[in-house]
Amino acid sequence: MTDTTATASATKPPAPRKAKSANRYAELQAAKPMIECREVHKYYGDYHALRGINLTIREGEFFSLLGPSGCGKTTLLRTIAGFEDISSGVVLIDGKDMADVPANKRPTNMVFQSYAIFPHLTVAENVAFGLRRDPRSKAEKAAAVEEALKMVGLAGYGKRAAHALSGGQRQRVALARALILKPKVLLLDEPLSALDRKMREQMQVELIKLQRQVGITFVLVTHDQEEALVMSDRIAVMFEGQIAQLDYPEALYSRPVSRRVADFIGVMNFLPVTILSEDAETVRVDVEGLGEIDLPHSQVAAKGEDDEQPMIGFRPEAMSIFPEGQPQTAPRQNGAVIDEVVYYGDMTYYDARLDEVDGTLSAPVRISMRNVFGRDIPDVGTRATVGWSPSSLILFR
Amino acid sequence: MKGSGLRAYAIAYLIFLYAPILLLPIFAFNSGTIIAFPLKGFTTDWFAQMLANQTLRRAFTNSLIIAISSATFATCLGVFAARASTRFNFPGKTGIMGLIMLPLVLPEIIIAMSMLVVLLAIGVKLSIFTVILGHTLICLPYTIAILSTAFNSLDKSLEEAAYDLGETKWSAFRLVILPLVMPGIISALLMSFTISLDEFIIAFFLAGNEPTLPTYIFSQLRFPKSIPVIMSLGTVLVVMSIILLAVAEYFRRRGLARTGQKDHGGFL
Repeated sequence: MTDTTATASATKPPAPRKAKSANRYAELQAAKPMIECREVHKYYGDYHALRGINLTIREGEFFSLLGPSGCGKTTLLRTIAGFEDISSGVVLIDGKDMADVPANKRPTNMVFQSYAIFPHLTVAENVAFGLRRDPRSKAEKAAAVEEALKMVGLAGYGKRAAHALSGGQRQRVALARALILKPKVLLLDEPLSALDRKMREQMQVELIKLQRQVGITFVLVTHDQEEALVMSDRIAVMFEGQIAQLDYPEALYSRPVSRRVADFIGVMNFLPVTILSEDAETVRVDVEGLGEIDLPHSQVAAKGEDDEQPMIGFRPEAMSIFPEGQPQTAPRQNGAVIDEVVYYGDMTYYDARLDEVDGTLSAPVRISMRNVFGRDIPDVGTRATVGWSPSSLILFR
Repeated sequence: MKGSGLRAYAIAYLIFLYAPILLLPIFAFNSGTIIAFPLKGFTTDWFAQMLANQTLRRAFTNSLIIAISSATFATCLGVFAARASTRFNFPGKTGIMGLIMLPLVLPEIIIAMSMLVVLLAIGVKLSIFTVILGHTLICLPYTIAILSTAFNSLDKSLEEAAYDLGETKWSAFRLVILPLVMPGIISALLMSFTISLDEFIIAFFLAGNEPTLPTYIFSQLRFPKSIPVIMSLGTVLVVMSIILLAVAEYFRRRGLARTGQKDHGGFL
């Protein structure tokens, strides 16, 4: 947990992740359900904050609730913690109905967004706070506190005043204070949002390691899609009190079920399409700037909101861009004009307009390319060739 | 220089404000019976007379009992009201809080008169107890104002965290909230103690035959002979106030240091 060299790569937006080990997913699928929400509704007066939440979080899983502010993710976390009563539905933790169990009797502990470190106590007193009713001897408790502090990389910090700690250290104290009670579920409410970028990326890695180490089910609330993708085994994307998609990070990124999810996770380019024909295997579409394509049904998003213009979506890294005339290997190629070049060091982002059949240019699409030493970066205003493959497109209709 | 005019003004202002208070000890130790310069000589007789004065001692004891009781009542009620108003939303909250805070702007003479009428009408005998009632009423808005700030500056999740860690609602309050608002509670106690100690109108109306320090001092000012004694009493009160303020400031700073908050300047 003290390893400070392992920082996550700082690309923005994230590149598609390699699947986490298939073993882990298989393990998690076999694990028993730890948290079950069935048709959970929550009203604040007239405001319908949670609208029928159904989900199962398995033992040992690192689960994230992701969504914009006001989507109900924090409310859902607080209903699991027991800080909010639900209006209807059932919340089960480890198979037990939590309806009549108050927050102080639930097998859950929470790490608050503000960390909620007690400023009038020392670090050790903070960590030992939950052990007050523990029958163990003083010496045993002190040993447990020291062990918990060691686990979060704060060994020897016990005597310090809690208010004198830095943000990252407070975060660790909050983690130690919750984990010392060995809860079945650790709830984390935007735990990294108050940290600076570098510290946040370091803590992401440490949290993943810590979670693997203790094997406790973690439920994380975040509005940061990158954080969710980096840390989670599964992610529930929430909008307006409903779960829009619940999936593995890579599935969420590469196969979003709606334009809204696609837009929220990373960057997604959209081009308007005309649907030409459809049969049992494929949908034939005419994409503005890309021409006619046959897409298998696996690349067609399941859900569609009514009277919306059908769109084709693709990620910035799904296309490659080279100066015009340079040979390319991509199965499909289009001419384009470069509108904008944004250099990020390891990556370059291009805004390019694709040639239309009638000689005009399409709306700009964002393309990202990993920079390679020795390869020139095309200039703004020059013509380029864009390469792509139909397999990276998703149809939203 | 541009600032010199302002500086002269500030110095004149401070002299005007504090010079009369400096006169108190000067005449308290002056052996002349007339409050006028030149000074005659040094004496501690007035202090001896003050200590020997039975009525004065009674007035002092009364004032102390009244101030301590009303400070305690007003602070306890203030804790309840401030916590309720900062932590919960309930119907009619604004109206209720407005009514509680009203004595802050209501002329004291109106409070004193109306209380006198009501107390006499329901047949309550006037005593220091009725003064305590009146003083609790006028101190309450001050304690609520101080304590609301103290409660408001607390992170709401502190209490939730304690609850989440297995404490009951009451023990979470006792272990976390109470220690953190303690500086506010001490401030509220001292503030209402001071207000009660030098309050005249309500004490004058509601004390019946019982003297309090302000009403006693006022009654003695008619007799030129007792004025030097009053001067020595005033000196004692000034010294007590300074000690009290110093204690209050000490606790405030200690509270800030213990919780690592920034010092925004207290009442000193």
